[in-house]
Amino acid sequence: MARPTKNTFLERAGYRRRRMRDVARVLPVLIGILFCIPLLWDRNGELGTADALIYLFTVWFCALGVSAGIARFLATDRSDDR
Amino acid sequence: MAKRVLVIEDEPNIIEAISFILSRDGWTVHTHSDGETANERITATPPDLIILDVMLPGKSGFDILRDLRESPQTTDLPVLMLTARGQTRDREMAERLGVTQFMTKPFSNAEVLESVRALVRD
Amino acid sequence: MVSFNLLLAVALAYVAFLFVIAFAAERSAEKGSGAWLRSPWIYTLSLSIYCTAWTFYGAVGYAARSGLEYLTIYLGPTVVMIGWWWVLRKLVRIGRSQRITSIADLVSSRFGKSTALGVMVTLLMVVAATPYLALQLQSVTLSFAVFADAAGDSWLSEDLTRSALWVALGLAVFTIIFGTRNLDANERHHGIVMAIAVEAVVKLCALVAVGVFVVWGVAGGFGPMIDLIDTSDIAQWQQSSGRWVGLTFLSGAAFLTLPRMFQVLVVENADEKNLITASWAFPLYLLTMSLFVVPIAVVGLKILPEGSNPDLFVLTIPLSQGLDGLAIFSFLGGFSSATSMVIVATIALATMISNHIVTPLWLSSKGPGAVVSGDIRQLVIGARRLSIAGVLLLGYIYFRLSGGGEALAAIGLISFAGVVQVLPAMIGGIFWRGATRWGAVAGITVGFVIWAWSLFLPSFGPDGILPQTVIDHGPFGIAALRPQALFGITEIDPLIHALMWSMLLNSVAFFFGSVLTFPQPLERLQGAQFVNIFEHSEGARAWTTSTAEAEDLLIMAQRILGSNEAQVLFQQEAQRQGKAGYLPEVTPEFVQNLERELAGSVGAATAHAMVGQFIQGASVSVEDLIAVADEAAQIMEYSNRLEQKSAEQERTARQLRDANEKLTQLSIQKDAFLSQISHELRTPMTSIRSFSEILREGGMSDDELSKYSGIIHDEAMRLTRLLDDLLDLSVLENGQVTLNMAQGNLKTVIDRAVSATAHSPTAITVKRRDGEETIPLYTDLDRLTQVFINLIANAGKYCDAKRPVLRIEPRKVAGEWVVDFIDNGAGITKENQQVIFEKFSRLSDHRKAGGAGLGLAICREIMTRLGGTITYLPGQGGAAFRVVLPAAVNPALTR
Repeated sequence: MARPTKNTFLERAGYRRRRMRDVARVLPVLIGILFCIPLLWDRNGELGTADALIYLFTVWFCALGVSAGIARFLATDRSDDR
Repeated sequence: MAKRVLVIEDEPNIIEAISFILSRDGWTVHTHSDGETANERITATPPDLIILDVMLPGKSGFDILRDLRESPQTTDLPVLMLTARGQTRDREMAERLGVTQFMTKPFSNAEVLESVRALVRD
Repeated sequence: MVSFNLLLAVALAYVAFLFVIAFAAERSAEKGSGAWLRSPWIYTLSLSIYCTAWTFYGAVGYAARSGLEYLTIYLGPTVVMIGWWWVLRKLVRIGRSQRITSIADLVSSRFGKSTALGVMVTLLMVVAATPYLALQLQSVTLSFAVFADAAGDSWLSEDLTRSALWVALGLAVFTIIFGTRNLDANERHHGIVMAIAVEAVVKLCALVAVGVFVVWGVAGGFGPMIDLIDTSDIAQWQQSSGRWVGLTFLSGAAFLTLPRMFQVLVVENADEKNLITASWAFPLYLLTMSLFVVPIAVVGLKILPEGSNPDLFVLTIPLSQGLDGLAIFSFLGGFSSATSMVIVATIALATMISNHIVTPLWLSSKGPGAVVSGDIRQLVIGARRLSIAGVLLLGYIYFRLSGGGEALAAIGLISFAGVVQVLPAMIGGIFWRGATRWGAVAGITVGFVIWAWSLFLPSFGPDGILPQTVIDHGPFGIAALRPQALFGITEIDPLIHALMWSMLLNSVAFFFGSVLTFPQPLERLQGAQFVNIFEHSEGARAWTTSTAEAEDLLIMAQRILGSNEAQVLFQQEAQRQGKAGYLPEVTPEFVQNLERELAGSVGAATAHAMVGQFIQGASVSVEDLIAVADEAAQIMEYSNRLEQKSAEQERTARQLRDANEKLTQLSIQKDAFLSQISHELRTPMTSIRSFSEILREGGMSDDELSKYSGIIHDEAMRLTRLLDDLLDLSVLENGQVTLNMAQGNLKTVIDRAVSATAHSPTAITVKRRDGEETIPLYTDLDRLTQVFINLIANAGKYCDAKRPVLRIEPRKVAGEWVVDFIDNGAGITKENQQVIFEKFSRLSDHRKAGGAGLGLAICREIMTRLGGTITYLPGQGGAAFRVVLPAAVNPALTR
């Protein structure tokens, strides 16, 4: 039985970059959903406007952190497969 | 009366050798060295045995054999074929054409003599 | 109190400062030392024109009126930027590789360079942007009014309009100076980009400064601020889910389609990698900008008197607290927001107007000769300057007409809803090859009409443009067509209503229009180029300067004409212009000449279309040409390749057939050769064996003894000769022979050959021409002698004349020395002439030959090795062989 050749797997860095692209694709969808979460809050419940404000800015800020992290990986990405 | 053997061969030294061996054994030896006129010669004075070379000037030994077998007069004439082209293809070819015996050169004198004796006895 | 004059002085000083910055950036870029201008940070800051005065002043007002909803305006672009991998990456790549100059150019270019679409998008954008421009003028004049008010003068409306006019004029001057300095194909404006980057920093700092003051200076810290928010009116606001989602989508879509955003995102993009940094840095900018909006609104509502305009809280809070410096800083922030937006929007709109409306009109009015006689460059620059002034004038007129009463945010959203009508055509165009021009036209038209009917026209207020009865009961009483309740849908926010219907029907019209129509060739080519942009564009390619235009043309021409022809064409033109090298100035004559040349390759119509686009595009979009050229070349190449392939297959088949035949032939030859060898070896062996047996038996006379042993000796010699010949031939044929090259004379060689054959029993009389034999030779003399011996010996053996004579005649034929060997025999028959040089091709009977029939084969091999030839020479009355002597290459030996 033939062992799988080396080419079956991308080298580690290439594999990581591809997964980073996947993150780059999913992230906007995810934060789009997260931005809508306060709409589901009970308006007369414990969470008020200030909480919504804090929640939104926290999500926003975290999304930027993740995005900046991906950007560092993708900045060196020269391949163009979509 | 001595049996007559016709040697059809173009190499003078080989003619000389065969003639010597057969004459010594009491055969009457005729020689012919041209392929083209061989069949006429045979028809004119049919021998008791023909010793036939393959590579002859004018007409190959195979062609001469074929013509002999096609002519009713000579169809049963014993033919001993000698060839220097020792390929199996040549042997098969000769057998297909109805050769009586096939030998490759160089031959041993005793062998030739034995074959000639065997072929003409009947 | 800040005097109004001081404020004016500060504003003017700030403007002067911006001029200096812009000039410095232009200078730096011209000197080529402006690498920092291409940095991702400048790019990110330039994107901040998204935050206009509407953000700076309006967001606070928006928050005061509608709670957290203002955030949607920033969340949409955040999602788009973070999702850059999906759309922006592709847009930027297309924009760069296709040399897109504006969003109208993008749509027009994608759909087969349609002039009509370009005009449509341009008009749509102008209509949608005009209120927005008016809004900026209004915000600046209002901020002036605030200070005037604070200083004690109450401004009348003519004061407002006068200051608006001055602002508009100032902006026009600035924009014309820095926006139309050059006509680079890439439409980049370093000075302006630099100025707006500086303004971006100013407005961010100003807003943050006010925010920090409000939170820590007024509210008393973070905790109290939170409490303040929860107890304010804003906390009572009930957010509509539809508006939240709808506005997020709207702002994200507008971020992509706003002409000014397209300008900075795509057109001014210096390096694709900048996008990666901006993907998180710009949302961070937006976050910071919106961070203090709610606190400012809450504090403003709390401390300022009832009825104060919340849109101006950013100014009025510091003023009310006596912080004049902060107020002026805040004013500069608002001023920056407004001016930077106006400048970029004006440039973007002016580019579209001049490229898609003015230039095509001018060209068609001038007729076909215009390309040759007119100076397109001057025309385009002039058109662009006029357009800038015109766009600002429109904004001013709208400002005058509307009277400046609207809430800022409302105007902004109406404008947004207008520009996003391009979205289906744009996104469809870059992701779907099936999108067609008619689909795009249908979609944009439907979207524009619905937007105008249900949102734009009603925005002028009751009885503004649409009578109140139409709004209430529909046109001609058709209730289904009521502007704000289309098809009977009431109870829905007018903006969301308009957005939903316009985007839905726009997309439907676009889709079915595309599906039902058939694209033109150019459209299909462009479609393929756009959709598959990552397959055939190189990444991160630096923008080229104007000298590269000729180079790009050359590249394109090479693709169509072939490298050599194109280079010759360009070189000739360059020489005619008095330039060295291959790159001439791109003059109209040259373009026409080039078109003629191209027509020869791709047909007149295509060539004209290509060059026509070149002219029509005004800003030289050579990439477009290259795109078309590439496709055309690909098509040509493809058909060529097909032809080549079938030819190749035929050739291969023929080669295979030949090879097969040759193999068969070789196999036959090999069998024949083996048979021959066998025969040649066995024949002498037969005699030897036979006679040695006879001798062994003994009992024969001395005569017989000596005769038979003589036969054995002769046959043994014959075998030896045969083996020698075979080995010789094998060595020659394998090319393993080493030649002993030496200088000598033909005469010597013939002497040796003749004397070597003289004592043979078949010797022949040789007639020579002594006087002509002194020919110098530089060759292997022994081998040549061997050839001659063979020829002489053959003549001796085979010449059947009564008195055989061989003539050896050297002569010069066609510049080469030859030696003819001619005997007086019967010669060789025509059929046999073909085979005499083959191995074992002995013609007569064996006895005479005394060899195996390898002699001439060996001669031919020797002559080939020596660099000469040996041939049979017919028609000489006997057997004749011609030996062509090898050239005496040793120069010292040539006569």
